Amino acid sequence: MTAAAVAPPPLSPPPPSPSHPHPSLCPTKAISRSQGLVPAVTDGNMATEFHNLQELRHSASLANKVFIQRDYSEGTTCKFQLKFPSELDSRIERTLFEDTVKTLNNYYAEAEKIGGQSYLEGCLACATAYLIFFCMETRYEKVLKKIAKYIQEQNEKIYAPRGLLITDPIERGMRVIEISIYEDRGSSGSSSGSSSVSGSTAR
Amino acid sequence: MSAVMITRKVRKWEKLPGKNTFCCDGRVMMARQKGVFYLTLFLIVGTCSLFFAFECPYLAIHLSPAIPVFAALLFLFVMAMLLRTSFSDPGVLPRALPEEATFIEMEIEAANGNVPAGQRPPPRIRNVQINNQIVKLKYCYTCKIFRPPRASHCSICDNCVDRFDHHCPWVGNCVGKRNYRYFYLFTLSLSLLTIYIFTFDIVHVVMRSVDNGFLNTLKQTPGTVLEVLVCFFTLWSVVGLTGFHTYLISLNQTTNEDIKGSWSGKNRVQNPYSHKNIIKNCCEVLCGPAYPSVLDRRGLMQEDSPALSDAPPSSSSSSSVPQTTKTTAPLIPNEHTPDEAKPSIAAPPEKSPAPREEPAGAKVPPLASPETDAETSIAKDQTH
Repeated sequence: MTAAAVAPPPLSPPPPSPSHPHPSLCPTKAISRSQGLVPAVTDGNMATEFHNLQELRHSASLANKVFIQRDYSEGTTCKFQLKFPSELDSRIERTLFEDTVKTLNNYYAEAEKIGGQSYLEGCLACATAYLIFFCMETRYEKVLKKIAKYIQEQNEKIYAPRGLLITDPIERGMRVIEISIYEDRGSSGSSSGSSSVSGSTAR
Repeated sequence: MSAVMITRKVRKWEKLPGKNTFCCDGRVMMARQKGVFYLTLFLIVGTCSLFFAFECPYLAIHLSPAIPVFAALLFLFVMAMLLRTSFSDPGVLPRALPEEATFIEMEIEAANGNVPAGQRPPPRIRNVQINNQIVKLKYCYTCKIFRPPRASHCSICDNCVDRFDHHCPWVGNCVGKRNYRYFYLFTLSLSLLTIYIFTFDIVHVVMRSVDNGFLNTLKQTPGTVLEVLVCFFTLWSVVGLTGFHTYLISLNQTTNEDIKGSWSGKNRVQNPYSHKNIIKNCCEVLCGPAYPSVLDRRGLMQEDSPALSDAPPSSSSSSSVPQTTKTTAPLIPNEHTPDEAKPSIAAPPEKSPAPREEPAGAKVPPLASPETDAETSIAKDQTH
């Protein structure tokens, strides 16, 4: 992997939406910062990239956070609600958001699937008194890595250009998907801040 | 007197709230009271040592060398299961961070609407439909979350645990989603080991008595008497426990639900988690996926500690770092709030672990507590 030699692909600006009064300053600032700092995507550099995405804060201030709750209609398996929060109405298209959550739900369903492979893993592990877990990565852990990579990718391509940031649910105890909404400092920051009070009544 | 902030890196387990003890730099997680766990270890290791010392040499020669070998394997399996149950994270749910707690408070506030003055606000319950049954999710005032279904708060460890079964003092830890199968295999293998040792003790005594007489045998192998005593009393309790948990697994219930009678009785809902098939239930509990821990115990985080210019910086200054429970969330007074903190609840938040984050324009909702909560206070009255 010739990671160092390859220049990062330029991030495309968000599609113009008529109802979107978002200041153009924020996305281009985010793009220019991330273009300058983000190395090409490799497994080893993921932590660095995420750290650089967090540096959005230097150019933008955190305005609000939205929490996507768990959907327990099918039991205790990990699944998140697809309900589109109203705070994101002006920020991102509903379909993009739903795609992200649906893909995450599919990943979790794959991790928690009870079938042939999980039986095999369980029986093998039991036969070795579960000592094999010190050497082997469980299926769930493998899927969690895939999820982390997916969220990283989504943040870079879709959410960061719109001033949003998704936090991996595992960092919140698998209870919520936390989406942070950033507003560019120095511009109309207060207008979106005040909407957070009335906007949180969505159920 | 000038204070300089020194930032150092600490492991996240050092800052976790709750009453757990951690060993091996966060790799091992147990409850605070470990006395009974040491007793369990002592009984198992002690009895097995006596068995290997007194019975095995005789039985290996006179019956079969496979007997001590199988006993050793069984003993190792029991120890592995015990240590796995005791040392692993049972499925602790981390407490809500301030923003999440505020968000939930606002949702509750919006749902309750206007409560007339003087009346208690309704209890904090969220109804969800699981497999066409209505299940109530309760709000945890300590962790500031709505508990997921089957989760419960362990007062001994002061944590919410997912799929909480019970807190077992014998293993020195809670039994929850992540370590239930290890706990079950521990009780099962311990039953087998106890039966095995008991049986071969009797065989050994009988075989020797035929040659030497009963009393002489007891004089030659005094350990046998001890072993038989321990095994006899252990047998009833451990085999009974294994049977009970086998029953629970076949119905996909937890001890907590069984004790509370959540799914029994005519007016109650049927268990929505059961597959109505014993084999499927057993497979889900015992052969399901190995859930990861959501507590990142060994992760690193920054800790800001003030260092006075005229004193050397303290190495462990945990008291100066705000604990998770005392952060900028609108502090809800509950039975754990110290009295001096209550007047300052209405004051604006002072210290925050992330000083740049501020929910802009967030209104602090009227404070609720278990005492003002209608249902909780009725439940409390009933228990007294």
